[in-house]
Amino acid sequence: METQTNSLQKTAAFFSKYGIFFAFVLLAGILAVTSPPFRTWSNIQNILQQISMNGIIAIGMTLVIITAGIDLSVGSVLALSAVVATSFAHPDQHALIVPLAMGILVGLVCGTVNGILIAKKRLAPFIVTLGMMTVARGVALVYTGGRPVINLSDSFDAIGGGSVCGIPFPSLIFLGVILLGVFILHFTRFGRYVYAVGGNELAAKVSGVNTDRVLISVYAFAGALAGVAGIVLSSRIMSGPPATGTGYELDAIAAVVIGGTSLSGGIGSIAGTIVGVLIIGVMNNGLDLLNVTSYWQQIVKGVIIVLAVLLDKKSKH
Amino acid sequence: MNTPANPSLPDASPCVLRMTNIAKSYSGMAALSGVKLEVARGEVHALMGENGAGKSTLMKILSGLVPRDTGEIYLDEKLADLKSPKAALDLGISMIHQELNPVRAMTVAENIFLGKEPCYGFTNIVNRRKQRELTLELFREMDVTIAPDRKMSELSVAEMQLVEIVKAVSYQARIIIMDEPTSAITGREVAKLFTIIRGLKAKGIAIIYISHKMDEIFRIADTITVLRDGQYIDTKPAAELDHDALVKLMVGRKISELFPPVNPAKGEIAFEVQGLTKHGLFENISFKVRKGEVFGIAGLMGAGRTDVMETVFGLRRADAGCVKVDGREVKIHSPAAAIRHRMALITEDRAIKGLNLKASVRDNITLAGLKKFTRFGQVLNFQKENCAADGEIEKLRIKTRGRNQIVKTLSGGNQQKVVLARWLLNDPEIIILDEPTRGIDIGAKAEIYKIIAQLAGQGRTIIMVSSELEEILGLCDRVLVLYHGKISAEYERSAFNQEVILKAAMGNVKAAAN
Repeated sequence: METQTNSLQKTAAFFSKYGIFFAFVLLAGILAVTSPPFRTWSNIQNILQQISMNGIIAIGMTLVIITAGIDLSVGSVLALSAVVATSFAHPDQHALIVPLAMGILVGLVCGTVNGILIAKKRLAPFIVTLGMMTVARGVALVYTGGRPVINLSDSFDAIGGGSVCGIPFPSLIFLGVILLGVFILHFTRFGRYVYAVGGNELAAKVSGVNTDRVLISVYAFAGALAGVAGIVLSSRIMSGPPATGTGYELDAIAAVVIGGTSLSGGIGSIAGTIVGVLIIGVMNNGLDLLNVTSYWQQIVKGVIIVLAVLLDKKSKH
Repeated sequence: MNTPANPSLPDASPCVLRMTNIAKSYSGMAALSGVKLEVARGEVHALMGENGAGKSTLMKILSGLVPRDTGEIYLDEKLADLKSPKAALDLGISMIHQELNPVRAMTVAENIFLGKEPCYGFTNIVNRRKQRELTLELFREMDVTIAPDRKMSELSVAEMQLVEIVKAVSYQARIIIMDEPTSAITGREVAKLFTIIRGLKAKGIAIIYISHKMDEIFRIADTITVLRDGQYIDTKPAAELDHDALVKLMVGRKISELFPPVNPAKGEIAFEVQGLTKHGLFENISFKVRKGEVFGIAGLMGAGRTDVMETVFGLRRADAGCVKVDGREVKIHSPAAAIRHRMALITEDRAIKGLNLKASVRDNITLAGLKKFTRFGQVLNFQKENCAADGEIEKLRIKTRGRNQIVKTLSGGNQQKVVLARWLLNDPEIIILDEPTRGIDIGAKAEIYKIIAQLAGQGRTIIMVSSELEEILGLCDRVLVLYHGKISAEYERSAFNQEVILKAAMGNVKAAAN
């Protein structure tokens, strides 16, 4: 009798721990049954392609949120990186490495500035990154005169359009970023410090952790990944649009939070974020296939985000 | 206190509160069973027991925060239904929690009348003038001098506590529960609190007093009820008990040796502070500590003890003075530098400065020495790390389900051991402990004293800041007393006793300092 309740409790604990994952399986299952086009290989490729950008940003956002911070600037930084990268990617201008390096560098610089202001000047992450969000967007518009950068080299376009064994390049880049994120966060000393800073910054400091360096690195990482996402996006649409990426920060934050990372810091995982990204991606795709208008999609998305977090919270108490 | 003796109170006061046969279990684990508590009108009734004895559960039941499984509660011999905190308040039961939770952005008067603001006529518009007057009236009655218009955030902890007490009284309380009311105040403020408590007593209000500080219990309590492991043990007049007898009731065995013997072997001077000054916090602090010595730092809260230690450890920069390790001057501008000089700082207040409560036992234990468990300085070697964490758990006998248990769910004593383990893993030579036993039960205290004595016995240098004179007297070879950021005295073990230290801590030094 006792062992029976015990195993029941264990099962319940298992489900509550991986609740979000089961929610995703349920969602995908329902869509697969109700919508034949959903379960086609081309649609799955489509989803993998669509989630890549949000996924790449969300990995960086996961680290930021684990430190009890937030980065609102990633959407604008993505656009700035995209226009700078594409401006070096005209045919026969530079080797492919130049636009790629420039794009990532721009993101890295923006993120580092965020990090320095947050760590050294003790400004609230919300304020700093809100400022960066506006500034980066402004710089992107000034840099391009408000017009998209066009006429890009074939090699640059191939990043977003190519595929290996049917798996689109952007998804492979996302996969690479996932592996990098998992390695950094879960297998390195730095990753442990990220949790320590988010859980109790003062205690981390007393224990000899250079908390400023950890914070700056985390924002720099998030900025660099926004740069990567900017490159992927511009090569997919074969232009560098200065006005793109608005609202991307919110999708990334939503994915991270759905994945169980706590906005108050110290708790979270890459795996959770991946599930969060999948949920948002599959939901968008599914609602499209079910011919739900985009107006309704927003409503459904908002409700599902709050519902997911609510369920997650309940299961933990 | 100008309260006249109240002739209407008979000697054998009737029970204002009678709790009988109270039981409560949380998911199958009995927290309380068959517990009774009888409190007379106008008495200070101390509720004693180790952490986990069931004191707080019993008080949560009394204040309507958690429902009981069985048992009856009578208030003035009338059966009471305490189904919510509001119901308890309406019946005159107020609780002042250990962690004060005022609305900091609001004024003193607004906090006191929160939820029961006096309004104009039948409107919902707060009559601020009346609220202010009522507050002043309450303050006058209790001899409190705090301006009602000050913001809560500007008050000291002691002042906040006074406001909380006034607030409790303002509910027409018959019973006020005080949970560790002196955990954040010292000396004069405690005396003030006790004066107020005596005033409340004279008005016939019963106080249920929870504290780990034995000397306070004997100063203020009339009656003592002891719980152990969720069971009722005994109720006795305080006058019939002494320190040892009370400890025996609480732990169920006699702790004949709470303090291990002092280590006789001392080495050369390992740590020295010269003329350390940080303007506004402390001035001209100098002391030397030998290997194998336990050096105490006493003083009231706010005397600058913690500030000195945190400056020494590199958390802030000193304006003047220097620190020497093994006779050589060292520059310590960050905790990382302090750690390189093989120092350790076990901070006061585990939750704020010590632990990442959201992380596991292992992650907390290895935090300060994480580099040792990596390849290439970055890649974690989990096998080595787990092994080290398990080793410390066993060595310090940390009661945990395993290294992956989240630290938040451990008891206070075990949390403190986790902080100790983190630093011992670094094999430090100079160990600074700031209030190492605050808020933990006697059993765990004894274990921590033993660890401290062992470390000194191994020839390490120990500096211990403590507000509990008992442990300074029991453990230290020498003690430095600070008063308002300055050294007021230093005593050898042979020369110190409770009285001289207390006097020096109050800034009243007649005895010659060496």
